[in-house]
Amino acid sequence: MLELTRVTAGYDRREPVVREVSLSLAPGESLGLLGPSGCGKSTLARVAALLHRPYAGTVVLDGEPVRGWRHRAPRAQRTAVGVVFQQPRLSADPRLTLRELIAQPLRATGRRAEVADRVAALAPAVGLTPELLERRPHEVSDGQLQRACLARALVLRPRWLICDEMTAMLDASTTAALVAVVESYRRESGAGLLAVGHDRVLLERWCDRTVGWQECSAPGAPQEVMGPGGQSS
Amino acid sequence: MKTDAVTTAPGPKAPVLSVRGLSVRFRMRGGRQVAAVADAHFDLAAGECLALVGESGCGKSVLASALLGLLPGNARTSGSALLDDGTDLLTAGERSLARTVRGRRVGLVPQSPAAHLTPVRTVRAQLEETLRELTGARRPALRPAAERAAARASFPAGHLDRYPHELSGGLAQRAATALALIGDAPLLLADEPTTGLDRELVERTVDELRRHTDGGRALLIITHDLAAAERIADRVAVMYAGRIVELDDAERFFGRPGPRHPYARGLLDALPERAFVPIPGMPPELGALPEGCAFAARCDRADELCSVQPPFDGRLACRHGARADGEEPDRA
Repeated sequence: MLELTRVTAGYDRREPVVREVSLSLAPGESLGLLGPSGCGKSTLARVAALLHRPYAGTVVLDGEPVRGWRHRAPRAQRTAVGVVFQQPRLSADPRLTLRELIAQPLRATGRRAEVADRVAALAPAVGLTPELLERRPHEVSDGQLQRACLARALVLRPRWLICDEMTAMLDASTTAALVAVVESYRRESGAGLLAVGHDRVLLERWCDRTVGWQECSAPGAPQEVMGPGGQSS
Repeated sequence: MKTDAVTTAPGPKAPVLSVRGLSVRFRMRGGRQVAAVADAHFDLAAGECLALVGESGCGKSVLASALLGLLPGNARTSGSALLDDGTDLLTAGERSLARTVRGRRVGLVPQSPAAHLTPVRTVRAQLEETLRELTGARRPALRPAAERAAARASFPAGHLDRYPHELSGGLAQRAATALALIGDAPLLLADEPTTGLDRELVERTVDELRRHTDGGRALLIITHDLAAAERIADRVAVMYAGRIVELDDAERFFGRPGPRHPYARGLLDALPERAFVPIPGMPPELGALPEGCAFAARCDRADELCSVQPPFDGRLACRHGARADGEEPDRA
């Protein structure tokens, strides 16, 4: 389980942007979190991805309470969560080629021996050609860079995947392609997904259930299920 | 002026913008050439909205920059882009573009308003400066004029003394729209005005742009957001690998009978409210386009006919003009 209980977080203790938000996600489940821009949903996604320490509340990852965030998180927890952000340009080191970008998590965790195999397996899955892998971020489009960022998030085979507005900058075809990559990884690995976004149509199509920001902000209130995923239009 | 074959919805007046054979090439190091826009043809009448849609990197924004004379130095253009007064936007000098065209004949609604606004000046100061430059308004009249300009774009008067970083995304968008409207330009160019906004703000933004179009301006909106295009456009032009491959009425395109080009069909089918199936593969590099149809490598109907570049007949550039269901291409 990935459980967030009464999380309060933000960038100013006097005015937290996230107040007492609770969410829980079962293994293999996909949950869409829907909210307007500026509501604090990205901050919550960063808390769930162990990238932002909350002021209050608890995060429990597979039964183990999270005690440290960012580099203070134990490696076993840190590598259990993969994250994809909205803006690929801001989340990619411009000096790295796409191949190095995808391999970075393996190198950072002392698993460089796996680099060749994992990159060779992931690149075709996300639709990157060998030629694109040798380019740097400024030489590829937003869509191609986001494909690499998704591959980077999957390279450690995380049990949980956090996608924060992963497709907001992308066209319809690239959006559908990246969602298909995430879903095929989840089918094969049984990973859980928290997809954060503002596009109701997309999240309801993509996820098993969708909750609105309001429902999970009310402390203790049950999460309202807004619609099953996968229904035909 | 008689409307020609390219115009599908003939307006009552001469087109505000008439683009013929517009091409943009970038010369890169080592003599390499990148054909970002090739042979674009379209007309745009007053009160009409044309949406230019396509994947990122297909050349949409280069086309917009060409119309504003904002291309970098290594770009070469050919063809023409005539305003109704005869000005050719492609050949006009920087001096006349700056003094008589930008803001006065062509208004730009920018992609990221937060970056477009001057960060160290309030919205009021920026509106007043633009009014002074474009309308010649002076002191006592300037303040009420700025307030009227803000009201035109539904920018609340109470926020006029704020700096751009104090505005939400939606308010920054309205401030930028207010600036674009000041010169009463007959042609508005909106380059991805809704990127990164949430659905409600997208709808509000496009509805406001539609209102200004209904007020008699011509609007060219460049977007990859098909829902926004459906909401606002009278006509849709689909761009792929630098070429317009389909141009049709928005109602026919999004409704029945639907798009005719296989790429446009794939784009609509990728929407989560439709099949949610991506088009296989990725667009070709603009620096290394194939000889024939640029979409052939991703197209399920490609055959030997596609090895020759299909000409754009004013509505479609595809050698397989018939729809997939066998319906004959209609002669409108």
